[in-house]
Amino acid sequence: MKLTQKDLLGIKDLSVEEINLILDTAESFIEVSTREIKKVPTLRGKTVINLFLEASTRTRTSFEIAGKRLSADTINISSSTSSIVKGETLIDTAKNLEAMNPDIIVIRHSAAGAPHILAKTVKQSVINAGDGAHEHPTQALLDLMTIRSKKGQIAGLQVAICGDIAHSRVARSNIYALTKMGASVTVAGPATMMPRYIEQMGVKACCKLEDAIVDADIIMMLRIQLERQTEHIFPSLREYSTYFGLNRKNITLAKDDVLIMHPGPVNRGIELAPDIADAPFSIILDQVTNGVAVRMALLYLLTGGN
Amino acid sequence: MKLLLKAGRVIDPSQNIDALMDIAIQDAKIVQIGPNLSEGQTNGRKGPSSKTKTIDLTGRVVVPGLIDMHTHLREPGFEYKETIETGSLAAAAGGFTSIACMPNTQPVNDNRSITEFIKRKAALAGRVHVYPIAAITIESAGRSLTDFRDLQDAGAIGFSDDGKSVLNSALMRRALEYASSIDMPVICHCEDPQLSAGGSMNEGFVSTELGLAPIPAMAEDVMTARDIIIAEYTRTAVHIAHVSTAGSVEFIRSAKKRGVKVTAETAPHYFTLTDDSLRDFNTFYKVNPPLRTKEDLEAVKEGLRDGTVDVIASDHAPHAVTDKDVEFEFAASGMIGLETSLALSLKLVDDGILTLPQLIQKMSFNPAKILKIPKGTLQVGVDADVTVIDREKIWTVDCHQFRSRSRNSPFHGRRMKGKAVMTIMGGEITYDESQNNA
Amino acid sequence: MANQKVVMDADGIDRSLTRIAYEIIEKNKGVESLILVGIRTGGVFLAQRLREKILKIEGVEIPMGILDITLYRDDVLKTQKKPLLGKTDMPSSLDNKKVILVDDVLFTGRTIRAAMDALIDFGRPKLIQLSVLVDRGHRELPIRADFVGKNLPSSLWEAVTVHLTEKTGRDEVVIEESV
Repeated sequence: MKLTQKDLLGIKDLSVEEINLILDTAESFIEVSTREIKKVPTLRGKTVINLFLEASTRTRTSFEIAGKRLSADTINISSSTSSIVKGETLIDTAKNLEAMNPDIIVIRHSAAGAPHILAKTVKQSVINAGDGAHEHPTQALLDLMTIRSKKGQIAGLQVAICGDIAHSRVARSNIYALTKMGASVTVAGPATMMPRYIEQMGVKACCKLEDAIVDADIIMMLRIQLERQTEHIFPSLREYSTYFGLNRKNITLAKDDVLIMHPGPVNRGIELAPDIADAPFSIILDQVTNGVAVRMALLYLLTGGN
Repeated sequence: MKLLLKAGRVIDPSQNIDALMDIAIQDAKIVQIGPNLSEGQTNGRKGPSSKTKTIDLTGRVVVPGLIDMHTHLREPGFEYKETIETGSLAAAAGGFTSIACMPNTQPVNDNRSITEFIKRKAALAGRVHVYPIAAITIESAGRSLTDFRDLQDAGAIGFSDDGKSVLNSALMRRALEYASSIDMPVICHCEDPQLSAGGSMNEGFVSTELGLAPIPAMAEDVMTARDIIIAEYTRTAVHIAHVSTAGSVEFIRSAKKRGVKVTAETAPHYFTLTDDSLRDFNTFYKVNPPLRTKEDLEAVKEGLRDGTVDVIASDHAPHAVTDKDVEFEFAASGMIGLETSLALSLKLVDDGILTLPQLIQKMSFNPAKILKIPKGTLQVGVDADVTVIDREKIWTVDCHQFRSRSRNSPFHGRRMKGKAVMTIMGGEITYDESQNNA
Repeated sequence: MANQKVVMDADGIDRSLTRIAYEIIEKNKGVESLILVGIRTGGVFLAQRLREKILKIEGVEIPMGILDITLYRDDVLKTQKKPLLGKTDMPSSLDNKKVILVDDVLFTGRTIRAAMDALIDFGRPKLIQLSVLVDRGHRELPIRADFVGKNLPSSLWEAVTVHLTEKTGRDEVVIEESV
């Protein structure tokens, strides 16, 4: 069993078999992170470059830890996209990195499709760590892993994804991932945050949070990006948190054993009431833990061979 | 120098001609058109004419020199993308004898000296008639009108702030009124920049999947509607550039029915490609207005068929590798089209959307009429601008063979049917496929 | 299939394991600090059986670990196709433990090399001993087993397969010519 492509650019390109392979492999990697010596020699002598051209702490750290626990040499390049635009083009950056013979390049970029340019330019495997509002495949995989380990299976679950769907790569990757695995997905958010024809992606869409979370097994809250207020996609934070925040009251609409997820970082008191974020049914930190395992699995599966 | 074009199928919509005929050319003019002309009888001159060159065009289609009323030659300012010379060579190779070039150069063509510069450079290149279109507003900034009459005197044949709309509706009204008073066309790029802000592709299911910031069809439609309203109110003519949406087609159709003096053009990519092409983030498909949906594509075709859309223009927009080899949202918009426009348009004939004479009309007579230039016809006495087409020629687009300085064509590698095999401008052969391949 | 030969049957396997269980106890003078670690997958079942036999003999349930050595293999990155990763489960630190590493077939020694590297990551064992059901020779590394069920001289083009009830439904060691 192997991944059929050299790169991981999006969930859309993955088959169910490939997703299962990644999740099964990741399960086995969980144990490595619990050891006293949290390191295996598998990627000894391999080089992983984390090219993060958009601010990120969590994902970059997660990839870095994943690489290090596999004994790879990990190099982080962090820069804002704007400085790259002014100077070197992405293709030149890619060619320079390629000339240093890394084995895997992980890229985070504010522009949708940037990892695809990289993948076409370099011979190394490219992992998309988030491109614009397009995809964030490793996030969706770690979400699947977390759901599977908590609920036993994914098929048949009711999952609500709530927030700024239009600008969310997490939403897109999770819609592909969850629908492929047989869950039914409802997305919710103000109409201003709902991209057109979203239902064609195989989900139900609604404009009231309450409608989406009724009988939900999983509620995935998205981070509201405060700077988007200038685009008039929500009137005020007060209005947003009142009508689209998850709290003790509206959560009772969901199933009794509902689990709350969030890709982080959480805006406490906006999309999630503080007591919800810390509640026992919140599995936000499990997501973070599983993130390392999923990224170890991907580095492992994508390295080596010709 | 005399030229006798023998035995081609001559199509000239301006005279309702579609028949096997000969065309005689002398001193850069068409001197005779009719069946079975002989070398000796050109325009009544007697005696054997040893200098007459006879070209057998059996099996070829002979049409008025094609006109592309919407191109970007990039000079002055962006000579690394295209020059007037390379653009002229590309035009001739694509079968065009006249082109109009948009003013979004650096500096903008908003004054006499730029217009004259373009005319001068074009004459030096000598491959195609180049008609400069001047800016409506100074620097195309949308604040104050350029010197319309001075520009007209310098050789500009129309006005446009192509690349953007004149946002100030009152200013747009004045532009249409003033241009109308001096019998000059105004060409409108219709786009509401706030509705399209930050966008890099059509808003639809594909943009939803790709997460690229979207440009809604209505960004084009509201401006098309506004410009029609202003033209209707002021009883002036307005020409809508590169129509890409079903909505715009419908606004234009109903306005024409009401008698508004609105004309419209579309570009081959809008009836050939859809936003589905963007799925692998290939920036060669990034163009403004953006590639739309299948429904829009069908509406544009229907608009061409029923006459709502008068003209096919290439919107030839050369960009260098450095402009395109970047992240999709940072990439320049536009694709080159001079050398693929005719073949892509001939597909409309193969598909039964247009007859061949209708197509030729949209690529010669109609643009000439809108631009008010004495072109697009094979009438005796006019400049001998003639395009010879091989309807059956199968060829594969190879962007490395382009005369254009740029390579940004998404049609590279596409198999085409039909090609201009000879272009004659003012009696001079400006392109000859057989020489090219020799 | 024509050249298949059964070299150990169910009784033979059981007798060998009983003898190995006694040998382990004898060599280690009891079961103090012992831990059995089975190498996935065949070694795991054999370790479980040895554990039961030791329980019968000594009345003591000794701890047992499961080791997946994939991540320590020296050939794991040679191809894009990766062996399916199994879970490792070590009950405790191996500090000062007497580790009995259990595998089904001892061949080149590379698996055992990987396993010993892995074990070291779980602490500093007092000693590591190796128990295998079959030693078929052809070592490529300086490794030998402390407890052997059967020495089976084989040629390189032969395949030795250990069938165990838990895995394939029968207990049998088979040698056959591989194609």
